[in-house]
Amino acid sequence: MSKEQRWDADRALSLIRELAHLPGALLPILHALQDEFGYVDKAAVPLIADALNLSHAEVHGVISFYHDFRHTPAGKHVLKMCRAEACQSMGCDKTIRHVENRLGVRLGETTGDGGFTVDAVYCLGNCALSPAVMLDGKLYGRVSPEVAEFLIESAQRHS
Amino acid sequence: MSVKVYVPCDAATVSVGADAVAKAIAEQIATRRLGASLVRNGSRGMFWLEPLVEVETPQGRIAYGPVSVDAVAGLFDAGFLEGKPHALRLGPTEEIPFLKRQERLTFARCGITDPLSLSDYVSHGGYRGLEKALKLTPQAIVEEVTNSGLRGRGGAGFPTGIKWRTVLNAPAEQKYIVCNADEGDSGTYADRMIIEGDPFVLIEGMTIAGIAVGATSGYIYLRSEYPHAFRTLRRAIAIAYDKGYLGENVAGSGKRFDLDVRLGAGAYICGEETSLLESLEGKRGQIRFKPPLPAIEGLFGKPTVVNNVISLATVPIILDKGGEYYKNFGMGRSRGTLTIQLAGNIKHGGLVEKAFGLTLREAIYDFGGGTASGRPLRAVQVGGPLGAYFPESLLDTPLDYEAFIERKGMLGHGGIVVFDDTVDLARQARFAMEFCAVESCGKCTPCRVGSTRGVEVINRIIANENREQNLELLGDLCEVLMDGSLCALGGLIPFPVQSAIRHFPEDFQKPAPPPPASGSSKVQETQSWR
Repeated sequence: MSKEQRWDADRALSLIRELAHLPGALLPILHALQDEFGYVDKAAVPLIADALNLSHAEVHGVISFYHDFRHTPAGKHVLKMCRAEACQSMGCDKTIRHVENRLGVRLGETTGDGGFTVDAVYCLGNCALSPAVMLDGKLYGRVSPEVAEFLIESAQRHS
Repeated sequence: MSVKVYVPCDAATVSVGADAVAKAIAEQIATRRLGASLVRNGSRGMFWLEPLVEVETPQGRIAYGPVSVDAVAGLFDAGFLEGKPHALRLGPTEEIPFLKRQERLTFARCGITDPLSLSDYVSHGGYRGLEKALKLTPQAIVEEVTNSGLRGRGGAGFPTGIKWRTVLNAPAEQKYIVCNADEGDSGTYADRMIIEGDPFVLIEGMTIAGIAVGATSGYIYLRSEYPHAFRTLRRAIAIAYDKGYLGENVAGSGKRFDLDVRLGAGAYICGEETSLLESLEGKRGQIRFKPPLPAIEGLFGKPTVVNNVISLATVPIILDKGGEYYKNFGMGRSRGTLTIQLAGNIKHGGLVEKAFGLTLREAIYDFGGGTASGRPLRAVQVGGPLGAYFPESLLDTPLDYEAFIERKGMLGHGGIVVFDDTVDLARQARFAMEFCAVESCGKCTPCRVGSTRGVEVINRIIANENREQNLELLGDLCEVLMDGSLCALGGLIPFPVQSAIRHFPEDFQKPAPPPPASGSSKVQETQSWR
């Protein structure tokens, strides 16, 4: 998560211009903005709309449709916890409950100190090693409450 | 002579420490000044043994696993570079029964080669299918695929050759090949594995498809939950361009095929082909009415082949060995092999490629070794979140599209999720509706509103409020969803719900759970989140 930086309209515009020529450019642009800033700032909407000749509503509609895109910055660390069936069969609910209690948030929320965002996901494709989570883009398997605790502690140590 | 040591780079293996093991092995090789080199291969698909380390010896590849960082020094001390005994030694990899009993056609190279080595790919039979295809007319390529009996592996099971023929016969200046790599079903990971373990086979399959139907451009729509696969694909595509297997002159044939990979953004519905096309066009992933079929009016309104990863990755071997060869595997109208993915509460989870016709019981017990928890198996969900829950009494069902439909189930993408006797099917039914509510694209009312009403009704059933009336209401609601939804999400979500009620009625008749004590409300809310 080191790449993220503060919202910068000039930087955003140059990213948008780099990708605007692609067929179906909107998703690649939104991904590029989120990779750069950690979220898609509301101020990006008119810039994108202008570059792609779309209405503000169309751009906003796409951002809000997809679970991935955020309107506000995420926490320093993003923990995505799978709660789909294969992970359920191996007790992901227990791990999720532990993390929620440990960090004092519920799925979909960010801790008060901005340290962690915890999100629900539906399948990380690691279903033979359930429960699975993804911490800052890295996949982990067999994540019992103890392993989750270890992951949280190591993330905190490195921040 | 340099000994080769293989440590997989597949995301699942990395999730249990393969990168750290690879690093530790590299350090040992360096400090001990040994003549050995490290290769990062794909996974063999035996996940309970991961990280599975292999050593190339004169007797073939010898496997050790699961290897932890702590075990690495001891392996070197024991002489594992010569394949010598150690507590983690599993013997020759190919002799491990789980692997030996498989029929690997699509996954022939996965776990054996370095995924990003084009020379490995070619020396293991890669690009032979394309070579043959380039000598055939487009009609003959389509004929070969039709004759193989290959059906869409994404879940719908539609004959691939028929789809291709429709696109071939659709006149247009521009046509597209789109690969559906939005593998969202829980319990499935075959697409991810082949992309990370043998990406060139997908690229070759898409190239053949392009040449067959006259499409010069292709897109792989990959889910964003697979960042590791995304990196592998981008590198593989760049290598294929660099070596002349993609671009304006594919393998010197004078034919053009361009390929790009695009990321989804966390929407399950984009695995539905028309939603996927909308998303690729940069729109909300809402489904389209059919007709027109994507084969006639697909991406950007042009004729488009939309195929699943495994379907496309199976095309090269069909062209190489012939449709007849492929067709000789399988049963009934399900020809060839199925990539079964054993998942969830299973002792030996992993990928089993086997001719159609193996029974669920054989897959779960002969390959999977039963539950991971050691408790009795109670339910099995096949085909992802839209698939039915089967009880033990249906385990003799053969893995075959038609056999599953007969039993009001769905084979889908071949994922098998096992549950032990701690599962509560009323909660699973509620989850199905919850999932549908979270992931509905919102276009049609039965799915958008019906899923939320479904959660509420099941909550009342669990709380024992007018239970019999609510069960009847739920039955009606399921019928409305099945009959009135535009796509498979709303249309099939009643499968898990109704199968849970049909096969596990006792779970819907339990006494109501006590109201949550103060202070533990958070737990309750988590369980019916959103």
